[in-house]
Amino acid sequence: MIANKQTLKKIDLWVRSLGEKWLGAHALLSFAFLYLPIFILIIYSFNASRFNAVWQGFTLDWYRSLLEGVTDGKAQISDVMIWDALQNSLVVAAISTLVATLFGTMVALALERFRFPGRSILDALLLLPIIIPDITMGISLLVFFGLAFQLLQNLLGIRLVLGLPTVIIAHVAFNISFVAVTVRGRIAELDPALEEAALDLGANELRTLWRVILPLIWPGIFSGALLAFTLSLDDFVITFFTAGVGSTTLPLFVYGMIRFSVTPAINAISTLMLLASLLLVVSSLTVREQ
Amino acid sequence: MTRSKSQQPPPHLNNETRKRASLLVLLFPATGWLLLFFILPLLIVLLYSFLERGTYGGITWSFTVSNYQQLTKEIYWGILWQSLGLALVTTVACLLIGYPLAFFIATQPPRWRSALLLLIIIPFWTNFLVRTYAWIVLLRTEGVVNVLLQSLHLINEPLTLIFTPFAVAIGLIYGYLPFMVLPLYSTLERFDFSLVQAAQDLGANDLRTFWRVVLPLTMRGVVAGSLLVFIPSVGAFITPNILGGAKTMMLGNLIQNQFLQARNWPFGSTISVVLMVIVLIPAIIYLRMSEEGGQ
Repeated sequence: MIANKQTLKKIDLWVRSLGEKWLGAHALLSFAFLYLPIFILIIYSFNASRFNAVWQGFTLDWYRSLLEGVTDGKAQISDVMIWDALQNSLVVAAISTLVATLFGTMVALALERFRFPGRSILDALLLLPIIIPDITMGISLLVFFGLAFQLLQNLLGIRLVLGLPTVIIAHVAFNISFVAVTVRGRIAELDPALEEAALDLGANELRTLWRVILPLIWPGIFSGALLAFTLSLDDFVITFFTAGVGSTTLPLFVYGMIRFSVTPAINAISTLMLLASLLLVVSSLTVREQ
Repeated sequence: MTRSKSQQPPPHLNNETRKRASLLVLLFPATGWLLLFFILPLLIVLLYSFLERGTYGGITWSFTVSNYQQLTKEIYWGILWQSLGLALVTTVACLLIGYPLAFFIATQPPRWRSALLLLIIIPFWTNFLVRTYAWIVLLRTEGVVNVLLQSLHLINEPLTLIFTPFAVAIGLIYGYLPFMVLPLYSTLERFDFSLVQAAQDLGANDLRTFWRVVLPLTMRGVVAGSLLVFIPSVGAFITPNILGGAKTMMLGNLIQNQFLQARNWPFGSTISVVLMVIVLIPAIIYLRMSEEGGQ
């Protein structure tokens, strides 16, 4: 009986060490799954072969073609288009981040520092844009702008079309929620005693907000803004349905390239975009460290 | 705010009025924006889903439920089930990959933990379209996988990997795995591992300990992660659009198709409403659950 128990224990230990090894191997494979596709994508942006994945030597031609434009007649990339797309992306991201950060921070303050009727409804309203699928939000804005423009034309005779302003409006709409959630987390961590002290010392509420609360939640506002900026730069689906002629953003441009023909030039532009987002991660981390 | 007002020096304006005014100023921009550019558009879609299609695209203002009846047609019913099936497969696969991974990270020394966690978070910051495109590089007919297999003489003809449900499932798992790992990690990190010791002192073996102690106590993370994966998967658009082609449609593609190609806005709206309901039901159940659990 006792020997039996010892054998059982031995088997148990063996199973456990096996389990630990298995866990480690599984983690290694999982990280490979997450990162290998990206690395391969980057490596093939330097491949001289145009049509398939056979390695035919190192080249920077694909980067050059992105920056100078391709003239071989097949791929319709022009450098003007790509710079326009980049500029559009940055304009949309900058403006929508600014507006969403302002509005999102304001509503976060209201939700964390005031009690008012309808507070839980507002809570739900802020969660909705995060939950609702992009495609639903995209087409509902398409329908909305269509109807609104039609009404404006019939009633006031003003003719409007989809363009950068509609893209910015849409991006603000989804970014407000992400900023509000991020900033709320930071406000909730604040010690209310600090504000009470400021008020007791005779500062009015505006002064307390300006001199005490804002400096303390600044890192939260900054990470919220950085998140909004990233989401805006990355967004494809909602932009796809709210953009018009001349308001192509970088993701729309890349999508167009993919649809047209798969060439290593897409790998090159992807690599540059990956580099840019890595920069954003690093800056977000440095802020969080402080 | 529980601060007593009576002790404060009387401000020049009525305190309550001022407070209400500042509340309104804080609330108005975000609420107004969301009502006008988010809720109203969704309501218009809901309205359109009950209207008739116009002759040349657009709509006719007459009430009908035929759009909803049309959903039962085999082709649309099939796409609905394909979407639900793919989202479910994605969720289960992410759970099977993500749980052991989160467990591994949570049991590492703290220094390693944050580094490994960072590796999970980085994909969040990279462009989704680019990450999906990476799988075109791998899976297409002239892609890396086929070239590799052919050069090893394992296959003679390239395999059809892209534009299949398999490719879509891989793309979705790849895209949403971090959504599963993060909530699982945060529950596992807070898990009290002395309970494992206690269970084993009481004679439970590893499997039993996991099944009866660890899993039930980390169920919250399992549910949260599963929802965070299921919700974007079922409403996915980019992944099936790029990796699925015309053969593997999901609801997102069907919506786009109805709006931009078929020009049937009412039916496109109907599918959007269905998708919204599919996504909102689990989300509401989860929020209710976490409200009860959290208090």
